[in-house]
Amino acid sequence: MKYAMLIYGDDKLWEQATPEQAEQTRAAHERFIAMLSQRGAFLGGDALAGSRETVSLRKKDGHVLRTDGPYLETVEHLGGFYLIEAENLDEAIGYAKACPEQIVEVRPVVEYQE
Amino acid sequence: MSIRNEAVEQAYREHWARLLALLTAELRDLDLAEESLQDAFATAVSSWPPVPANPPAWLLTAARRRAVDRLRRTAVATRKLPLLVVEEQPAHDDRLRLIFTCCHPALSMEARVALTLRCVGGLTTRQIARMFLVGEATMAARITRAKKKISQAGIPFRVPAGPELRERLDGVLAVLYLIFTEGYAATEGDALIRDETASEAITLARMLVSLLPDESEVRALQALMMLHHARRHARVGSDGRLVTLAEQDRSLWRHQEIEEALALLAPGPPGPYLLQAAIAAEHTSAARAQDTDWTAIAALYGMLEELTGSAVVRLNHAVAVAEASGPEAGLAMLDGLEAELPHHHLLPATRAELLRRLGRTEEAVTEYGRALALVGTQQEREFLLSRRTETERGLRP
Repeated sequence: MKYAMLIYGDDKLWEQATPEQAEQTRAAHERFIAMLSQRGAFLGGDALAGSRETVSLRKKDGHVLRTDGPYLETVEHLGGFYLIEAENLDEAIGYAKACPEQIVEVRPVVEYQE
Repeated sequence: MSIRNEAVEQAYREHWARLLALLTAELRDLDLAEESLQDAFATAVSSWPPVPANPPAWLLTAARRRAVDRLRRTAVATRKLPLLVVEEQPAHDDRLRLIFTCCHPALSMEARVALTLRCVGGLTTRQIARMFLVGEATMAARITRAKKKISQAGIPFRVPAGPELRERLDGVLAVLYLIFTEGYAATEGDALIRDETASEAITLARMLVSLLPDESEVRALQALMMLHHARRHARVGSDGRLVTLAEQDRSLWRHQEIEEALALLAPGPPGPYLLQAAIAAEHTSAARAQDTDWTAIAALYGMLEELTGSAVVRLNHAVAVAEASGPEAGLAMLDGLEAELPHHHLLPATRAELLRRLGRTEEAVTEYGRALALVGTQQEREFLLSRRTETERGLRP
């Protein structure tokens, strides 16, 4: 089954990271991706820019309302994601535990049958 | 299932969980397995007797046939849910996989409880709804949502392996104990439903013991529930009031059940259920309340407190210490518990009782007042009020 791992965090903490810390995080993710790839579990993933670089659109009755910032106003924002292939939820949770981030949401991907 | 067919009822009790587990592994669809098996039992109601030579085999064949019919009727296109992930685990009884799937931590606690009672216990949705004081439609929706999540989220039909097993087994035990205690809490008024819920939890624990005979915590949980349940007829007085352990008529206890429970307890690593069962065993083995070995109970609570770090356990520990070594020692242990139990009426109630015993009457009356401001149930309120009045009377010259 396919799962999305959504990574949440405080933008400020990410922005305030020293170059060394940022490098450590990047290296940790590279190791994580290597581990996933070795098991044939890595399907994709990326880091996302901060919530300040975000724009949200809401469409209603032919009008488009554009707002500056993310759809949800919270302290923790969606900061990145992985798309993985896992045998079952237990395996996906195992990968999420190994993911070098504090908050990871595991979402099954809906797969449409022909 | 409203069945009035003795042979079917017996087959239902004995074989429901095993057949459902087997069918779920075969069909890779819990929902389909459950509905087909339900159909098979309904067919049995109308066609038994004659009772077949091998009832479970007959039921399995009937259920398989119904499953094929159901699959044929619902076009493939409408069946979008992914198939259950079934791992090859020949070493395990299928019922064990069913239990771990129903108690998966990705499901809400409510869903785990409902699904376990439905799939493993074989209770009807109506019975479960009655136990938890919700409407039948609400309970049916809860069970349907849970089954859908198992399928859509890819919750596997498997027994966890390695270090994961310990953690997940604790989760299963928590579900069973919750069924037991919720039954008591939610339906205090209706003794019949309460007893039914409690004995269902015990039946589930008994099944788990037979599947995992070497797990001392599983045996301890069954023993703990049986020791509590054996006192059911002495807990409520003829006027409907709760009777405290010390005042219970011990001849009303089910001593045969107590014996059975004690036989389950074997020395093992001191887990939370084993320690609680050992405490309950100390209480039930005292012939009279005054024969209770409070020193042993205080020591067991001490171990339990160390293991769990729970403030409620500390409160109980303090009560045991007060009984064993005097109210002063117990009182000292309550210091600082307010921060952790700010809304718990038993903390000021316990303090009041200990102050009263020490003759510190005015302080005791103040504490009874605090407890009365926090207490929830009418029965306990009345008890506290009468205690305060009694204490105040002691104040007057």
